Amino acid sequence: MNSEVRTFGIAVILFLAAATLPLISSGYLLSIGVSIAVYTVLATSWTLFSGPTNYISLAVAAFFGIGMYVVAGGIDLLPFPVLVLIGAVVGALFSAIVGLATLRISGVYFVIFTLGLAELIRQVVSWGQATMGTSSGLYVLTDFTDPQIYWALLVLAAVVFLIGWWIGRSRLGFALRIIGNDEVVAVHSGINTARAKVILFVISCTFASITGALVAPRYSYVEPTIAFNPFISFQVVIMALLGGVHRLWGPLLGVIPFTILWELISANFPTQTTLLLGAAFLLIVYFIPHGIVGLIESGIQKWKGDQHG
Amino acid sequence: MDNHVTTQPALSIQDVTRSFGGLVAVNNVSFDLHENEVIGLIGPNGSGKTTMMNLISGALKPNNGEIRLYGENIAGAPAADIAHRGVARTFQIVRMLPSLTVLENAEAGGVFGHAKMWGAELHDRARELLQRVGLEGIENRPVSTLTYIDQKRLELARALISDPKVLLLDEWLAGLNPSELRTGIALIEQLANEGRTIIIVEHVMDAIRSLCSRCVVMSSGVKIAEGGTAEVLADPEVIRAYLGDENA
Repeated sequence: MNSEVRTFGIAVILFLAAATLPLISSGYLLSIGVSIAVYTVLATSWTLFSGPTNYISLAVAAFFGIGMYVVAGGIDLLPFPVLVLIGAVVGALFSAIVGLATLRISGVYFVIFTLGLAELIRQVVSWGQATMGTSSGLYVLTDFTDPQIYWALLVLAAVVFLIGWWIGRSRLGFALRIIGNDEVVAVHSGINTARAKVILFVISCTFASITGALVAPRYSYVEPTIAFNPFISFQVVIMALLGGVHRLWGPLLGVIPFTILWELISANFPTQTTLLLGAAFLLIVYFIPHGIVGLIESGIQKWKGDQHG
Repeated sequence: MDNHVTTQPALSIQDVTRSFGGLVAVNNVSFDLHENEVIGLIGPNGSGKTTMMNLISGALKPNNGEIRLYGENIAGAPAADIAHRGVARTFQIVRMLPSLTVLENAEAGGVFGHAKMWGAELHDRARELLQRVGLEGIENRPVSTLTYIDQKRLELARALISDPKVLLLDEWLAGLNPSELRTGIALIEQLANEGRTIIIVEHVMDAIRSLCSRCVVMSSGVKIAEGGTAEVLADPEVIRAYLGDENA
């Protein structure tokens, strides 16, 4: 309990420290801060589902894009907060349908399906806009400033962490860990594996939709290639794996260095970003399969071992 | 045995058939298991014993027939439902949850199945059962450090924590050395003495003799004998099935 209180205390201090960023900087640093906040929510919520189950979802872009499009499509009709809420509900419903349809398929088929899903939605939205005779994108003009978006994302990140913490201690979280270890043991232990997976998938995807909705005002012009960009999905997976998916705070340790590195790469090598992203993925999987968390934990263990030895 | 006849069986297998393509793995098999009874399900390799266990626990669905647990037909129900209703099992090849601790492996059976526990109650019960099967003091170890028999013990604890109405032990004693075997048999004997209702699939005949009052013998998917263990094991047809015709 004591260590839990301490961890919670540290988290609150870090959260408050992060919240001061817009007071210090309004330009470049804040924009990196927004990116870090976006990917912290996306990668942490992705890990809530994919970490314990080992189901690699590439659908983040699909749900992120849905949230963004709900805001873009409705900004002239409804207030922004209402649209964020609608984005969350649409994301939740859609992910429930997708989850029910796909979570019975496993392994590589699930990965491919989720990748295809984002592409499909992108194509449908493009087609829809073309046939309705509107332009290829939508304007999102609001008076929400970058600091406000940043703070909203920070609060969202805190909610993700709290929910993740709660899941980790709940029956649902335990069920997911059993499923990830051995689905056969899980069903014979009485776990409704399909239900557990769908619930977690919906939670995970809903956060992606809320994130997409919250950052929509940052892009004053939204089009399918931005909202449903498959790179979002890839980057989330890479960041989560880099940080480590077996601890709640693991993805964060991947998001921060990767986002900064990514900013540097895209600023200095704008034409080679894809190549470098692929190379980064290979290197991470090959050299640090258990992520930065794994490195830290094995380092601590080694240090403890040395102390005893 | 007579007093069982009038009471409802704990488990009643009625005309159950399961085939894979052209192969009939279980062919029209029927038998009953009564409460507080330990029966042996024996037969040569490939005779359909494990398929039968998979049909009872819901890992497979029968093509035909009924499987009644205290009167309720569970044939074809999802495995998780069958676990809820009180059937627990171990596996022919031991199945551990490698990223979980010893304690968590035991607890895995007690949260969602027939018995539903959480928190302190779950921890206490899991510790109690670990002690019961001889794994006290290593609750927080990763399971990868366990020996084979300890993994088997742990799997038994995971099955027992759900307080099952019917326990299926699929070659739980296989692969143990002679001294481990003695410990293992003693452990199951204790369960039998407590009045647990158990089906044992086993090749170790000493274990069958000392643990089971009754046996069902399968060969090539068909039930070829059923009755008191001593007489069944002396049955020429059973000996023929096990040893082949030339030895009979």
